[in-house]
Amino acid sequence: MTRPAPSRLGGAMAVMAKEWAQIWRDPSTIGLVLVLPLLLMFLFGSAVSLDTRGTRTGIVDLDRSAASRDLVAAFARNRYFDIEEAPAVAPLERAMLEAGLRGIVVIPDGFGAGLASGRVRDIQVLTDGGQPNTAAFVAGHARGLLANWSAARLGERGAAARPAIELNPRYRYNPGLRSRYTLVPGAIAIVMAMIGTMLTALIIAREYERGTMEGLLATPIPVPLLVAAKLLPYFLLGLAATAVCVGVAIAAYDLPFEGSFGALLAISATFLSAVLGQGLLISAGTRNQFVSTQFALLSGFLPSLLLSGFLFEIESMPQPIQWLTWIVPARYLIPPLQSVFLAGDIPALIWPNAAIMAGFGAFFFWRVTKAIGRTIA
Amino acid sequence: MTDPPPAPPASGRGEAVLHLEGVAKRFASPGRGAPAIDALNGVGFTLREGRIMGLVGPDAAGKTTLLRVCAGLVAADAGEVDVFGAPAARLDRGLIGYMPQAGALYAELSVEQNLSLYAKLRGLRRDEWDERIGHLLDLTGLAPFTRRAAGRLSGGMRQKLALACAVVAAPPLMLLDEPSVGVDPLSRREIWRLARDLAGPETAIVWATSVLEDAEQCDEVLVLHEGRREYFGEPAGLAGFAAGRVWSLPVPAAQRRGALRAALEHPATIAGRIEGGEVRLTLRSLADQPPKLALAKASWRERRPQVHDGFAWVLDDGSALRPSTVAAAFPEIAHEADAPPAIEAVGLGKRYGDFTAVHDVSFAVAPGEVFGLLGPNGAGKSTTFRMLCGLARPTSGHGRVAGHDLTTAAAEARQALGYMPQKFSLYADLTVAANLRFVAGAYGLAGACLREAVERAVENLALGEFWRLPAGTLPLGVKQRLALAAAVMHAPGVLFLDEPTSGVDPIVRREFWHHITGIADRGVAVLVTTHFMDEAEMCDRLLLISRAETIAQGTPEELKQQALAVRSAGATLEDAFVALIAAQRERAREAA
Repeated sequence: MTRPAPSRLGGAMAVMAKEWAQIWRDPSTIGLVLVLPLLLMFLFGSAVSLDTRGTRTGIVDLDRSAASRDLVAAFARNRYFDIEEAPAVAPLERAMLEAGLRGIVVIPDGFGAGLASGRVRDIQVLTDGGQPNTAAFVAGHARGLLANWSAARLGERGAAARPAIELNPRYRYNPGLRSRYTLVPGAIAIVMAMIGTMLTALIIAREYERGTMEGLLATPIPVPLLVAAKLLPYFLLGLAATAVCVGVAIAAYDLPFEGSFGALLAISATFLSAVLGQGLLISAGTRNQFVSTQFALLSGFLPSLLLSGFLFEIESMPQPIQWLTWIVPARYLIPPLQSVFLAGDIPALIWPNAAIMAGFGAFFFWRVTKAIGRTIA
Repeated sequence: MTDPPPAPPASGRGEAVLHLEGVAKRFASPGRGAPAIDALNGVGFTLREGRIMGLVGPDAAGKTTLLRVCAGLVAADAGEVDVFGAPAARLDRGLIGYMPQAGALYAELSVEQNLSLYAKLRGLRRDEWDERIGHLLDLTGLAPFTRRAAGRLSGGMRQKLALACAVVAAPPLMLLDEPSVGVDPLSRREIWRLARDLAGPETAIVWATSVLEDAEQCDEVLVLHEGRREYFGEPAGLAGFAAGRVWSLPVPAAQRRGALRAALEHPATIAGRIEGGEVRLTLRSLADQPPKLALAKASWRERRPQVHDGFAWVLDDGSALRPSTVAAAFPEIAHEADAPPAIEAVGLGKRYGDFTAVHDVSFAVAPGEVFGLLGPNGAGKSTTFRMLCGLARPTSGHGRVAGHDLTTAAAEARQALGYMPQKFSLYADLTVAANLRFVAGAYGLAGACLREAVERAVENLALGEFWRLPAGTLPLGVKQRLALAAAVMHAPGVLFLDEPTSGVDPIVRREFWHHITGIADRGVAVLVTTHFMDEAEMCDRLLLISRAETIAQGTPEELKQQALAVRSAGATLEDAFVALIAAQRERAREAA
């Protein structure tokens, strides 16, 4: 018995059309693609900042000399500090415990006199060890401020006192050393990882749960084509979500865009292929929408946040954890994405990483077709 | 029991479309403590072109697995599966139209979108497109609803759409998994007509079903039981097993149910039903005589066997039904002839926006009465049901249950009733034990009372062996038993059963009705919906709803009389059902 072979491409187009129709009927998908990136970008971009500005800091001037008053004024002028002066340490210590004061600077008695006579007295900086990051910033900024202040005072007395060698740092690609510049590309990666896995986590489990997978598998369409046809609409949605993220980064956070859109497309497309594939594999493996969503959220979000180098530098992780980061797709997106925003297209960063991410995508795709198989049970 | 006689060889000319030999398939255990399942065990048959094969058997007999094996969706562990002369592994899927159980429809997509998806997937050619789709829409009667979401169609319409999607490219082999499950007799007839219209003269059809009336329409019947082939051959051959074993006896209406129950508990009886005012029995052996029933004046007469008689005989396990312990657990409710009705609906109506789901339905059910609600899918049965259970608020009229008004004393009314919903609504991931404990707790039982009630329920419905299994993994028949156990745990005076036997095999249905009639005889008022006309015959009175309105009310005999009055229909209750609804539709057309 022979009959004309059905057009395989026609079947794939039909599945794609079906996916679009389902997306169109389900506003939550659109919300996931347009609203969630906005929300997350503003959350990560504004709330997560490693800069400290206006840190509430107490100052106690026990010396009350001209020099000490000048130093207090220097602290008050500095934008990193929000200064509260008090006559003694005790009330400030209470404020540190109860009212969110982050540090106390104590200028000792005889500070001005010591300065004049050359026997410099130490300034004490008390910080809240319960907030180690902030404590380090307060201590660091205070030290920097003191160094500048004393250099300035020495300078007033003559060039002879200048140190022989002066370090004059310039921060390339991020001259203001604004942490937002490095955080926002990382945030984009995390938002994309989350949305990518969530988008596809449901779509195969749903077919199994509703019994429609059986109907699809009974038709002549080959499984790889079926998976590809289901994937493509979500790939386009993922690109749309990426565009939203990049738009927010440029428009709302003033990130420079030094690279080209071609490079951006290359890295975001390969990254999406990896995370969409990850979601698809979870979906096909669990065949249960609820479990699938939970798992996708965890596996898409947490490793990208913790192991991608977004928050914590990979080089400073213990060696076994560093090995673990090799299987986190986001780790291969963040460096080229940062370079596209801040430094321009760097082929050595873009193409190897893109190739690795595409490899992830291909691996997941192959596993998904295996997990679905040609049979239902 | 002795082995059935060897099946006659598959007769007929024409090419073999399906040829199976010694097919076996084993599935891993569904849960801790449960053994692996032999879904198929050495099954073989040959189906030739142009033939329709009925695939029947109790739940978990392996029907779905066998269909999936033929469709290439399950790989057999052993045996030979040839489809159009090629092994199933190299199957050309374009040659088969497979309809999975409950269909593979996208509920949120429209009728048109579903059809077009499957048409493209199955490679319907562009030049055939308009004609074929138009033809399908005409045949299914879905033409006016092309833009409606599939999930918003009635059950019968949905099954027709699912069938149309499966066979949209006119495949030479149709594999249909329970296409008529859960649909009313009228829709079932329409689905049969649809399948026959869609099939060409050479198309072969495999029709899996647990409705034995379907099997009578087939050219061949394959009976599966626990993965084994019990019979393969013509339906008449299956019926023939029961030749000389089928007897009937006219019994006055008031005693009919009691007489049937007594007869079913007799060791010589393997099946029985009420049909046309008579009790009809299938006996185990030719030597057996029908049991003596004191009340009857007339004498037993031998009847021509039907497929369901032969089926009962083939699957007989040699045991007789025991008196229902579920019913025995109910306290006897004394009721006089003039007692107030236990369930009362007065002009009940429900509107959703400008859609009328139920319009002006009135009836009353006395204590001890079994009242059947019949009607096509989507006619308003379930809505009526939900209003009387206090789950939906009527927009007009009112209802009373056990003397409590549903609008003013809904909580009291709910405490007095037991409700078994159409869909399994216990927790699939909890064990049988945990589900029963939860339900007992929800009815306010605690401590020793709770333990006792749970133990009683397990004992009465033979749930002991499933005690530790998650409810979701149970076979359908056991699930329904569990749902009944949950509904009657607090021995309610009023019982609501919404399609309690939908999709369940004939053996479980017989057991279920044994419980139901027993419970009614304790004085409980039972309101039940069903699509099975043999079950409707067991009811004292029936109400037929169609298009939101009552179109007939009375005893089964009265309904048949009413049907004969409007048109010349056949003598069965199913004929009456179809005739009464057809008459209503004609009136509507004339009015329009």
